[in-house]
Amino acid sequence: MLYVVMFFLWTAILLYLILGGADFGAGILELFTSDKNKSKTRKTMYRAIGPIWEANHMWLIIAIVILFVGFPSIYTTMSTYMHIPLLLMLLGIIARGTAFTFRHYDAVKDEMQHIYNKIFVYSSFITPLFLGIIAGGTVARRIDTDANNFVDAYVMSWFNVFSFSVGLFTVAICGFLAAVFIIGQTTDETEKQRFIKKAKFFNVAAVIAGGLVFLASVYEKIPLINWVFDNTVGVVAFTLATISVVILWMIWNSKYTNIMRVLAGFQVTMILLITTWKHYPNIVLLKNGNHLSLLEEQGNAKTIEALGWALLLGSIFILPTLVYLIYSFQKKSPKTA
Amino acid sequence: MDDFLAARSQMALSLGFHIIFSCIGMVMPFFMAVSHYLYLKTNKIVYRNITNAWSKGVAIFFATGAVSGTVLSFELGLLWPKFMLHAGPIFGMPFSLEGTAFFIEAIALGFFLYGWDRFNKWFHWFTGVVVGVSGLLSGILVVAANAWMNSPTGFDYIDGKYLNIDPIAAMFNDAWFSQALHMCIAAFAATGFAVAGVHSLMILKKQSIDFHTKSFKIAAIFGTIAAVLQPLSGDISAKFVAKNQPAKLAAMEAHFETEKSASLIIGGIPNIEEKKVDYAIKIPGVLSFMAHGDFNAKVTGLNDIPKENQPPVAITHYAFQIMVGIGMLLMAISLAYFIALWKKKNWLQQKWLLQLFVLATPLGFIAVEAGWTVTEVGRQPWIIKGIMRTADAVTPMPGIAYSFYLFSAVYVSLSIIVAFMLYRQIKMVPKLYDLP
Ligand code: HDD
Ligand code: HEM
Ligand code: HEM
Repeated sequence: MLYVVMFFLWTAILLYLILGGADFGAGILELFTSDKNKSKTRKTMYRAIGPIWEANHMWLIIAIVILFVGFPSIYTTMSTYMHIPLLLMLLGIIARGTAFTFRHYDAVKDEMQHIYNKIFVYSSFITPLFLGIIAGGTVARRIDTDANNFVDAYVMSWFNVFSFSVGLFTVAICGFLAAVFIIGQTTDETEKQRFIKKAKFFNVAAVIAGGLVFLASVYEKIPLINWVFDNTVGVVAFTLATISVVILWMIWNSKYTNIMRVLAGFQVTMILLITTWKHYPNIVLLKNGNHLSLLEEQGNAKTIEALGWALLLGSIFILPTLVYLIYSFQKKSPKTA
Repeated sequence: MDDFLAARSQMALSLGFHIIFSCIGMVMPFFMAVSHYLYLKTNKIVYRNITNAWSKGVAIFFATGAVSGTVLSFELGLLWPKFMLHAGPIFGMPFSLEGTAFFIEAIALGFFLYGWDRFNKWFHWFTGVVVGVSGLLSGILVVAANAWMNSPTGFDYIDGKYLNIDPIAAMFNDAWFSQALHMCIAAFAATGFAVAGVHSLMILKKQSIDFHTKSFKIAAIFGTIAAVLQPLSGDISAKFVAKNQPAKLAAMEAHFETEKSASLIIGGIPNIEEKKVDYAIKIPGVLSFMAHGDFNAKVTGLNDIPKENQPPVAITHYAFQIMVGIGMLLMAISLAYFIALWKKKNWLQQKWLLQLFVLATPLGFIAVEAGWTVTEVGRQPWIIKGIMRTADAVTPMPGIAYSFYLFSAVYVSLSIIVAFMLYRQIKMVPKLYDLP
């Protein structure tokens, strides 16, 4: 059962990265859209993500619940030493979720819309930035459980070039995912071209930010290059991801928008695989050389058993309905209107 | 502000904020299901308008509830890491099931909000019901987790270690039923009265009368039935607390001396130094009866509880008085409404009944907040009753006061915006929905 639970944890993180990421990306795209196109972009995006945005963010809750029920020491170590970036991320989540809903449901459309928009786009940027910073921080060996002053314990744990590069990389990925997702959502040709341009832009940005991550890892003496290149899985995944980028660039103008989406999702999956494979089962690396391992930190065998069953049963309900939800709003258009 | 106090205040603030949205998220779907059903049956457009108007409100509340809930699941670790380290695997079961319930709720909400005219109309109606049922289910599950903090079971605590953990037994701890029952009824009472109050105000202002009268009726019926059941379930809760947490009961009642045939203390100002309650009304024997079902039973007083294990008396006492006072008032209004419905139809046309409902608009939610204050403050100094002290659970990170200020600012602004949006929704009713 432990492996079932770990599988769900990994999958929840992946799906949050892809679905939640596309969602954040929608706001990031808006940030990078010229004013005259903004409202059109907004409409297309709302049609695309409106019905599922609430569900997209549930993956984060699932991941967190798995952590605190199944691997409490990992959850508590993270929430103690990453308190500050977590807090900032939470503020982003609050601001974004509410602004998104408010701007749509406000009964009067007036200058308040302007404020909601501002909040929405900036928090769409901040939230994945800090998500990435936290992710980077967990493997950067900067969490110092023996620290005895505030800065060493609670700031240096995440405040470094590597974490920030991972943050920027995450932001770029989100923008990329959103753009690719939306290409297939619009029927208008000029609009489609606009999103293709955006997707290219964010793909290039992701590659640059990825390069930055590598540079930063060298600078911070984090053996990222080894994690990627000294094992078959890493090399194969890296190669496949690169190939899929090339394919994607060849089919931008085709009608295969769903294949584009699959390729984009595939790339993100490979990235997560590469970054987690080498140090599996250790998901938090500490400054003193120790690590927190999923295999060693499981809270309690009986709880893992029950948690595994809960997740399996839950997914029987959730997955088909979720797929049907996404399907219905992709395929079916309203009978009236 | 010291860090421990700040952490407690931040937790209280976040929970107190979240509970309002979760009550609405649990209950409004049922109101909508009724009006939606009436629309499908009668084809009267006003019912569709009501459903639509409500669902916009619910979307706003739901989003706010969802983000504040997300914050909470992090805050448990941000503020109480040492608690979560041990409690997570024990009381986590309801949370993992709750994850499923939330998910289903979010998916069903997607179908419901965006599904008008896209699906079979009964399928669409059904998704609305699913939102309500899974919301209620998640409410019950979280409360079961909280109940575990009041009556920890499902493990053996030996030499500071938590052994033989059984998460299922922990979920079905002794307190879960009385708390979950009371909470669910409270959610219906609070939301019912709040919604009914807003619509009765609009009726009094003579706006969109048909729309508001029909909405009022749906909300009022749910709210009043719940409000009549509430004291009954409160009695079950009180009996359980008397057995399980005598210290909490003593604080609720500001009951200083252990005695037989103890009197019920209503109102008053607890005088901690002199161990008495000034200016209170005392009804002999009733506390014994309420707590143990026997007018002569012995009720433990604070004097039999070691000083370091006593909860704050004044807050708990006031909060309990507020909750019970409101409970009685809401029950009285409800009974008046029932009389109006069955015997005195003409009361329904009179202003005073509607005015009473307007007056009661915020009361249910005030009672909810007060009730939770009783439960949570009354548990102090324990975070897990008898096992772990709250002070030992708090995060080692200094400077929590700043995060408390930050959250206060965020939640205050959010409350203002939500109130403002709600005001706009209501103001727009004549324009959007008052079509012939
Ligand atoms: C509309 C709201 C409302 C109303 C009118 C009442 N309550 Fe209540 N009460 C709650 C809302 C609430 C609550 C907020 O939902 C609590 C907090 C924890 C819980 O399970 O329910 C609660 C807790 C709570 C507790 C503590 C349970 C515990 O700590 O385990 C007791 C003893 C009572 N209630 C008793 C009563 C009585 C005797 C009432 C008589 C009128 C009453 N309540 C009305
Ligand atoms: C939503 C309704 C709730 C409200 C309004 C509420 C209110 C409060 C209040 C006022 C406190 C501060 C008590 C004090 O320190 O004096 C508190 C503390 C706390 N509550 Fe609740 N509570 C609610 C539900 C829950 C639930 C469902 C859980 C967990 C499953 C929970 C877990 C905690 C924890 C961990 C603390 C901090 C430790 C403590 O002070 O004992 N609460 N809550
Ligand atoms: C008595 C206390 C509580 C009740 C009755 C309650 C109930 C609910 C309900 C009905 C929802 C659905 C959202 C809505 O309708 O607005 C919700 C959302 C949520 N709650 Fe609570 N809750 C309580 C306390 C807590 C606590 C202590 C936590 C975290 C530890 C929590 C975590 C969440 C989360 C993560 C969501 C978001 C789910 C989503 O995105 O749909 N809740 N809660």
